[in-house]
Amino acid sequence: MYSQKVMDHFTNPRNVGEIENASGVGTVGNAKCGDIMRMYLDIDDNGVIRDVKFKTFGCGAAVATSSMATELVKGKTIQEALKVTNKAVMEALDGLPSVKVHCSLLAEEAIHAALWDYAEKKGIKIEGLDKPKSDIHEDEEQEED
Amino acid sequence: MEKKIYLDNAATTKTRPEVVEAMLPYFTELYGNPSSIYEFSAQVKRGIDEARAKVAKVIGAESSEIFFTGGGTEADNWALKAVAEVYASKGNHIITSKIEHHAILHTCEYLEKNGVEVTYIDVDENGIIKLDQLERAIRPTTILISVMFANNEIGTIQPIKEIGAIAKKHDILFHTDAVQAFGQVPIDVNEMNIDMLSASAHKLNGPKGIGCLYIRKGIKLRSFIHGGGQERKRRAGTENVPGIIGFGKAAEIALETMEERARKEIRLRDLLMKRILDEIPFVRVNGDKVRRLPNNVNVSFQFIEGESLLIMLDMNNICASSGSACTSGSLDPSHVLLAIGLPHEIAHGSLRLTVGHENTEEEINFTVDRIKEIVEKLRRMSPLYEDFMKKKQ
Repeated sequence: MYSQKVMDHFTNPRNVGEIENASGVGTVGNAKCGDIMRMYLDIDDNGVIRDVKFKTFGCGAAVATSSMATELVKGKTIQEALKVTNKAVMEALDGLPSVKVHCSLLAEEAIHAALWDYAEKKGIKIEGLDKPKSDIHEDEEQEED
Repeated sequence: MEKKIYLDNAATTKTRPEVVEAMLPYFTELYGNPSSIYEFSAQVKRGIDEARAKVAKVIGAESSEIFFTGGGTEADNWALKAVAEVYASKGNHIITSKIEHHAILHTCEYLEKNGVEVTYIDVDENGIIKLDQLERAIRPTTILISVMFANNEIGTIQPIKEIGAIAKKHDILFHTDAVQAFGQVPIDVNEMNIDMLSASAHKLNGPKGIGCLYIRKGIKLRSFIHGGGQERKRRAGTENVPGIIGFGKAAEIALETMEERARKEIRLRDLLMKRILDEIPFVRVNGDKVRRLPNNVNVSFQFIEGESLLIMLDMNNICASSGSACTSGSLDPSHVLLAIGLPHEIAHGSLRLTVGHENTEEEINFTVDRIKEIVEKLRRMSPLYEDFMKKKQ
């Protein structure tokens, strides 16, 4: 059901771990719905993402999208990182099954949450970044099969 | 290990070679329509009669009380919908449990939309139905109690005899979905006061697409599928002859080997559970430890999610299943695990392993070794585990 790229990122996830004294940390999702993503960013003085790590509780798609999202923002500026949308993550993974699209939303949200945390710590405002939702699922309709 | 390790026997089982062999002539030489008059078809009809007797014997029923269906789901649908319709003048209330299979629960939901009232009885933390609550739920309008014999996810076996006694005392029909129990544990419809029972062949090393509904003699139940006069006018449609023959053979073997199989499966089941509990921290067993199907192991690993675990097991050629939401595509984990009181995050981390008579101790040990590695790997990348360990320090 998953593409080869998803399987690759799931079985060999890139950038798993933590960053001590990270510039920004964002945690999104909730355990009730079965996925939580936490992203750590290390951002240098020029606003470039020097390093990124993640930890994820969730299904194969959640782990793979986290991994891909970290790859897509690594070495990028904050503005470039903001352009990494869930669509971009999905495309980079050669697509996701429709029931797993919400996992890619979580990845986008995790990047935003980590950047928001960075901006708050720095006391700056990042253009184009809104306060992330604390719970990715809170607006979502529950679907029954 | 290159070989596939199949530990999902509650989902379906491999058809036994003896069963396939018994079925084969009914595809080729013995293809006559059992409803036809000539001797060529009478031979086929005799085959069906023998199969019916073999199926009946498993539950201590009469041959004439067995009606073949397209599977367990059809049998469940038939029992509930037909009782609701036929007994509408007596009442419109059905009692069932919260941990039934969707073949029952979704049928109940359908009936509720059509004016039937349904009470869903709670289960305790081991998945055993609350008998006092069940008896209190009975109303003058109650026409049916339907409680599964054994649960497909957690393997808990219900106090069926006690439920049967309650139903009899109040003169209410009692149906049980015995799809997981039929041919696996002893069942006696008379001793247990069971009025209707659903079974499915593919759970006992028989073919898919064939099952039956046992209907106690004297119970009026309308036909579910209308058409010809097959199955004594209760289930129209030309018989699935090879399926029926296969079901009969599988039932015969299941009954003959029940004790020996149960002994073997219990040994493998207990080895699996013991090693998992002994060697992996932060794990719990779901379901009753004693009143349990011989083949069922269901455990929850804290801090990890079930689908991830399943994919990694699959990469090791191990077939298993999980009550995680992600495996079904919905956001909620298994209704059974929630009903026994598990928090969502623990339910998401569940793993069901159901052994069969062909599994070996070597396979079980290999599987536990892989589970250990996978759980450790997934925990290393889990933010929940990180938080938990930090809190502990």
